Amino acid sequence: MITGRFFASGADRRILLTIALLLVVAALVPVLNLAVSPASAFYVPSYIVALVGKYLCYALLALSLDLVWGYCGILSLGHGAFFALGGYAMGMYLMRQIGDRGVYGNPILPDFMVFLNWKELPWFWYGFDQFWFAALMVMLVPGLLAFIFGWFAFRSRVTGVYLSIITQAMTYALLLAFFRNDMGFGGNNGLTDFKDILGFNVQADATRSALFAASAIALALGVLVTWLVVSSKYGKLLVAVRDAESRTRFLGWRAENVKLFAFTVSAVMAGIAGALYVPQVGIINPGEFEPANSIEVVIWTAVGGRGTIVGPIIGAVLVNAGKSFFTGAFPEFWLFALGGLFVFVTLFMPKGILGLWDQWSGKLKWRSPSQADEIPDDQGEVVVRVGQTQAQSGGNAEPQPAE
Amino acid sequence: MIPLRMIAFIVTLLALSLGASAQDADLKPIIGKFADSKNFRQTEAIVLELAATGDSRTERVLVALSDGNLYVRSADKGVFVGSESGSTITLSDPVSGEDAGQATKSEVSKIRVNNSLRRTIRDAIGTLTLGSDDPAVRLSAAETMFRSPDPASIPALDAAIASEKVASVKTRLEQARASAVLLSDLDDEQKQAAIAVIGAMGSRDALSLLTAYEAQAQGELKDAAAAAITGINSSLALWAAGQNVWYGLSLGSVLLLAAIGLAITFGVMGVINMAHGEMVMLGAYTTYVVQNLIRGSAPELFDYSLLIALPLAFLVAGGVGLVLERGIIRFLYGRPLETLLATWGVSLVLQQTVRSIFGPTNKEVGNPSWMSGAFQLGELSVTWNRLWILVFAIVVFFALLYVMNRTAWGLQMRAVTANRRMASSMGIRTPWIDAMTFALGSGIAGIAGVALSQIDNVSPNLGQGYIIDSFMVVVFGGVGNLWGTLVGALSLGVLNKFLEPYAGAVLGKILVLVLIILFIQKRPRGLFALKGRAVEA
Repeated sequence: MITGRFFASGADRRILLTIALLLVVAALVPVLNLAVSPASAFYVPSYIVALVGKYLCYALLALSLDLVWGYCGILSLGHGAFFALGGYAMGMYLMRQIGDRGVYGNPILPDFMVFLNWKELPWFWYGFDQFWFAALMVMLVPGLLAFIFGWFAFRSRVTGVYLSIITQAMTYALLLAFFRNDMGFGGNNGLTDFKDILGFNVQADATRSALFAASAIALALGVLVTWLVVSSKYGKLLVAVRDAESRTRFLGWRAENVKLFAFTVSAVMAGIAGALYVPQVGIINPGEFEPANSIEVVIWTAVGGRGTIVGPIIGAVLVNAGKSFFTGAFPEFWLFALGGLFVFVTLFMPKGILGLWDQWSGKLKWRSPSQADEIPDDQGEVVVRVGQTQAQSGGNAEPQPAE
Repeated sequence: MIPLRMIAFIVTLLALSLGASAQDADLKPIIGKFADSKNFRQTEAIVLELAATGDSRTERVLVALSDGNLYVRSADKGVFVGSESGSTITLSDPVSGEDAGQATKSEVSKIRVNNSLRRTIRDAIGTLTLGSDDPAVRLSAAETMFRSPDPASIPALDAAIASEKVASVKTRLEQARASAVLLSDLDDEQKQAAIAVIGAMGSRDALSLLTAYEAQAQGELKDAAAAAITGINSSLALWAAGQNVWYGLSLGSVLLLAAIGLAITFGVMGVINMAHGEMVMLGAYTTYVVQNLIRGSAPELFDYSLLIALPLAFLVAGGVGLVLERGIIRFLYGRPLETLLATWGVSLVLQQTVRSIFGPTNKEVGNPSWMSGAFQLGELSVTWNRLWILVFAIVVFFALLYVMNRTAWGLQMRAVTANRRMASSMGIRTPWIDAMTFALGSGIAGIAGVALSQIDNVSPNLGQGYIIDSFMVVVFGGVGNLWGTLVGALSLGVLNKFLEPYAGAVLGKILVLVLIILFIQKRPRGLFALKGRAVEA
């Protein structure tokens, strides 16, 4: 029944459109920034490139949450931790690239280690002078943490809000740990003052445009991967676990493995988002582990519409654009707006913007072809229509668990 | 009425001043004799005469004499205590300590003392204070003599011990004597007894005394001292553990206060209230407002400010909780994840509201007099505010337990949570019960805020620091069980404090979080899980 929604032709077209749009943006924006003269109306200023590049990383993070929350029902309040870990892995590479250009001019040790009077590089910093190693770690570290955490949590059937709370505790514990100076990750100040990435100056417009394009392409790939995952046979299983975990288990599936796979893939995606984010904003510090940040990601996803792949991207960009505007214009009101958004979305828009859109366009379709709907031409049509009526009926976003 | 009181006052004043001058008259002539003293022998005689008066005020002049600070003014042969600064000497009265002007060095002459005289003086002072009428003075005298032991004071101590009536002072005197005996040339048997006395004290002072003695002792005495040191060390370790337990209980009581409201809203009702910490914060700000009003209009009520703030905080937080339940949460029953998000939004709004009204800085909330200070219990010091908070947490816990288990309201609450439709069929107004239960949980958070305002910074972020810990406590203890919350809070507090010395405060906290995460894997329903057969709990 519910799976019908994902195979509706509209959803397919929407995904392809998004991917195409992202690729066009990835190609076009750097050109408009670098090749067009600043006087032209088509010129895209560098600060816009940096800002939107940041939003795209957030969108990828929201998308990764959508995979576990929207399709598997795991509300993770610790996705910011995977994002930050990916960011730290990239930050470590960037720190090693500074070389002897730091304040203290030490060719091996980053500035903060010289400052703390450390004599040699800790073992976990080895290898980060190589980009391929850092890129591997960007995916491996969050993925491994998610795998271990998920393996423990799902195997012992920690579900629902309990899982949410312990994911929150996980990111909180990491926050405390990374604040410690003797952890070897720069403590309170984190990692900053980056110079080069792959030999190019991080500050240069061309590098920023390239990073922007990389973020857009990564997001497009993320959309593709998520779509492939959820529209496969495994995707059906994922939704089955979300809607009726016990029933799926009784049917002979191992629900914990289904969840573990989605959780790990999602964490890797979040890690990549973090790695692309760090060179664009130029800093990574323990503040990224704040539980509040992770909860904010949830609201991006909810605003756009969870379980829709495209929705979280829209949500992340819209909410962050709103944040940039509000914190500049009315800093006092941003928390009111954000808090109000949490309440409003959960009460009145349980399916988010895309849900509203579907409901609205579904109503139009419902009215116009009058009687035609009741005569099914073939099996596929019926499925489509059932999906639409369900979307239309609105109401409860959380499918009722099987009794 | 007034004249009578005035007369009584004047009479008292007169009597006091007469009495004082009469005693001065006794001491002054003796002190005056110092001016005519020709040699050490004569000075010694005067010292002994002063000591014979048994008046504790002679200590002042004797100390000055021993330190070489007693002067005779050549002009009128007056005797003064002086303190030298440069070429001038500031004089003060030898008995009362009142200022008596200044003098140049040529105008006064110092009364000279030698070592044997100093010894006499010290003994005299010791006996003087040991013979004081006030037990507190005797105790402090014994204390000083214990810290700076002198074999010469043994006879004086013996006499004092023989006549001492107060048991605590007597023990202290015996300990002082023992410390003196260790340095004296008395026989080994006496010293063995002294080591035993000091070893039994078990304090850090005794440890340092014995360690110093062991270094220079020989033979059996050295062994005895070593044995006593081991004994003290193990008793100190016990005290240190006791200290950790106390700190842990104290932390646990804070956790309990923060979590107990959550045990109602989350544990009993199953509502994830992320704005719970903000209810605590509202309680703390209520205390701040109450104290401000009291400071402005009725400062004499300051000691009762917390008692006044308690019901108000309950009403404020409970009221906000009621509005929250009626306005938002009731539409989200059965959708825990949505409830979590909506209440998180509410918590942001509440924080920003408080920040807009009161500003982002910390607000000062004062301690009433009965909550400030500390007292010593053996080797551990206990602060009053921590003790009261522990007591308060326990009282709140049992009050809540009573409400839940012994009142009609509590019965209805439990009925609604157990089976909503059945309860409704029995005529219970379930929406009303929901609202009241949520208001109760929020109100409890509010009164927790009153207590926490005494030990934490009152700022808009106050609540955020507690929310994760509170959830940990409730989840660890077991949802739906108040006893679980009590045990969970106290054991987490103690565990935290025992990890701290080994791992440091931050790492200790991380370890506790990791342990809880692992524990939830083992027992997903907490320590005291409700028994049931549901597949999807």
